[in-house]
Amino acid sequence: MSEQDAAGQVTGAQSLINALEAAGVEDIFGIPGGAILPAYDPLYDSKIRHILVRHEQAAGHAAQGYAAASGKVGVCMATSGPGATNLVTPLADAHMDSVPMVAITGQVGASMIGTDAFQEADIRGITMPITKHNFLVTDPADIPRRVAEAFHIASTGRPGPVLVDVAKSALQSMTTFSWPTELHLPGYRPVTRPHSKQIREAAKLILESRKPVLYVGGGVIRSRASRELLALAEFTGMPVVTTLMARGAFPDSHPQHLGMPGMHGTVAAVAGMQKSDLIISLGARFDDRVTGLLESFAPGARVIHADIDPAEIGKNRAVDVPIVGDCREVLADLLTVLKTEADQGHQGDYEGWVEFLVGVKAKYPLGYEAAADGLAPQYVLERLGAIAGPESIYCAGVGQHQMWATHFVKYERPNTWINSGGLGTMGFSVPAAMGAKVAMPDHTVWSIDGDGCFQMTNQELVTCAINNIPIKVAIINNESLGMVRQWQTLFYNSRYSNTDLHSKRIPDFVKLADAMGCVGLACESPAEVDATIEKAMEINDAPVVIDFRVNRDAMVWPMVAAGTSNDDIQYARDLAPDFDDVEL
Amino acid sequence: MTTHTLSVLVENKPGVLARIAGLFSRRGFNIDSLAVGPTEHEDISRMTIVVNVESNSLEQVTKQLNKLVEVIKIVELDQSSSISKELLLVKVRADVENRGQVLDAAQIFKAKVVDVAVDALTIQVTGNSDKLADFLKVMEPFGIRELVQSGVVAIGRGSRSITERSLRPVAVPAPPPAAG
Repeated sequence: MSEQDAAGQVTGAQSLINALEAAGVEDIFGIPGGAILPAYDPLYDSKIRHILVRHEQAAGHAAQGYAAASGKVGVCMATSGPGATNLVTPLADAHMDSVPMVAITGQVGASMIGTDAFQEADIRGITMPITKHNFLVTDPADIPRRVAEAFHIASTGRPGPVLVDVAKSALQSMTTFSWPTELHLPGYRPVTRPHSKQIREAAKLILESRKPVLYVGGGVIRSRASRELLALAEFTGMPVVTTLMARGAFPDSHPQHLGMPGMHGTVAAVAGMQKSDLIISLGARFDDRVTGLLESFAPGARVIHADIDPAEIGKNRAVDVPIVGDCREVLADLLTVLKTEADQGHQGDYEGWVEFLVGVKAKYPLGYEAAADGLAPQYVLERLGAIAGPESIYCAGVGQHQMWATHFVKYERPNTWINSGGLGTMGFSVPAAMGAKVAMPDHTVWSIDGDGCFQMTNQELVTCAINNIPIKVAIINNESLGMVRQWQTLFYNSRYSNTDLHSKRIPDFVKLADAMGCVGLACESPAEVDATIEKAMEINDAPVVIDFRVNRDAMVWPMVAAGTSNDDIQYARDLAPDFDDVEL
Repeated sequence: MTTHTLSVLVENKPGVLARIAGLFSRRGFNIDSLAVGPTEHEDISRMTIVVNVESNSLEQVTKQLNKLVEVIKIVELDQSSSISKELLLVKVRADVENRGQVLDAAQIFKAKVVDVAVDALTIQVTGNSDKLADFLKVMEPFGIRELVQSGVVAIGRGSRSITERSLRPVAVPAPPPAAG
């Protein structure tokens, strides 16, 4: 496998590829260029599959989709300068959403660093605030150790992106390859095992509480704790909300599930947080899109905050019981303690609370008004979810279609909903879907994209077509930057400054799909929706793109306007839910 | 807002200072003073950082610093149980007429004259920031031509060392080589 001379010497480039193989890498998304070129030569002979993308940003998002779908570390590779800077957005995205990812970049030769050499950019400096950690390697002997450290840091504790910048001179020099057996990271000691005293304190609050809610965040997905969550929820009967990052962590079909909280959350989930007396936060971070105006968020609630990252605990909301630990272990330990308590006759009484929330859920279900004519985007997603089913993986871009996709496709399994939550990166969907499909080739992977998002990264359909990665794309085409347009409707007197994309006219998405080696379909009436989706489901030898030409005035509801209190949630425009008279 | 002195042990690697300075600016924490130097262990550098924050932000500062892979340990040094010093070098106008006065004033502060010119004295003084401020107030009437001041360095009182237990690097198993 490796080119090695008699003295056991290999090039730094060969050592890098050996290290990636040793770390278990099977797939890399990337683009070669001058500084990284030495690494591409041994990569040519490696068993690692390298997928040549069309833009480095897509390499990064593909690595994210790969990681989010499979739980494995996603890997992308780029050259120095512009290749590396094109990775900035996916690195920032992965940092916000705790995606385990390793980026390998070439750097100009060590003697050239700092001279403003051709294609030189200080990518380590640039990415310091948007990576979990990063390295610059100038000594070829350091390559295996830095790669091993990168994979360890990316995948343990709170997962995140790690960048390894390797100088071209290090790739070209001779060295020996040896995979480390131990890593020395004196400052890196993530705590996964929760403290038993904190678990007991938490159990005490849970038993005292009358209105508890399990506030489930993306950490539950990353720690693979869905089974433990279900066990705890069912044992206690506590209601559950799943954030945008946690959709799929708890089955949507489960009666205890109130849906997604936050700015575009369901009325039941928002009420379930707002009126609770105890929030049990699991791998969530009280993001502003969840809390609304922080001072008025869940004013009567005590807080148990469990997170593997101590810095998230108490960052935004004061905490009564902090628990540092991995969500899966926290949930398992909590269940053990609560079962022991139950054996001694101590159980929580949440009957009135659950009854109230069941009422809210029934009174204010997720819904939409189908327009008299034309196609409602919500209907498209409802049907897509029903036909493609819970075994499929759904990757969304950012905007209205993302909110409709999170609500109207129903999720039953973790790692089937992949989106850009924290950073809100338009254009995430197509490359992320490509990555997810490479990781999970036996699953149907749908990219649910807006017409604005799609025009940012659709070039990767070429990559998909050429490399036999048959993803399916549903463009929710409302010919505008829909979420921005919605804000203009609501807050800017319907002055639609620069949100009209004209994308029902130009480009012709069907022809564009065709030109990129995909099957292009169009659909503009409710009657054609099922047949079009079914047709797409039948095509497995090429990527498929459906241009769903939907009503442009559809809006995302419910909604809490930015910077206002969650108490002011609107169920539909100028329509507030009424539950103020309820005394619990 | 109150002032807190943090002793931060970090791995002695290039880029660590940039990482820490970047973290402070990105998260909007104010650094009053920062000093970096070697320790008795060649792999470890020690930073003394004086921050001016609310107590709940201090917790965030500490937690965010702790997240940095190269940060090994953070200890807050409170005034009563630690010693903190700054160094000031100041060039004061002093000619034949008033040199004596300047020297007398310096004497009171146990300051040391480190350079003499025909019309100026360069004086070195160490102490906490209050003492240095008082010293400058006294020197001001003579005419201050130039001054330079170090960051605060601080160390806990007593025999205990904050580096002792941190020197042992924690070894973790590397990711296992891929099968096949």
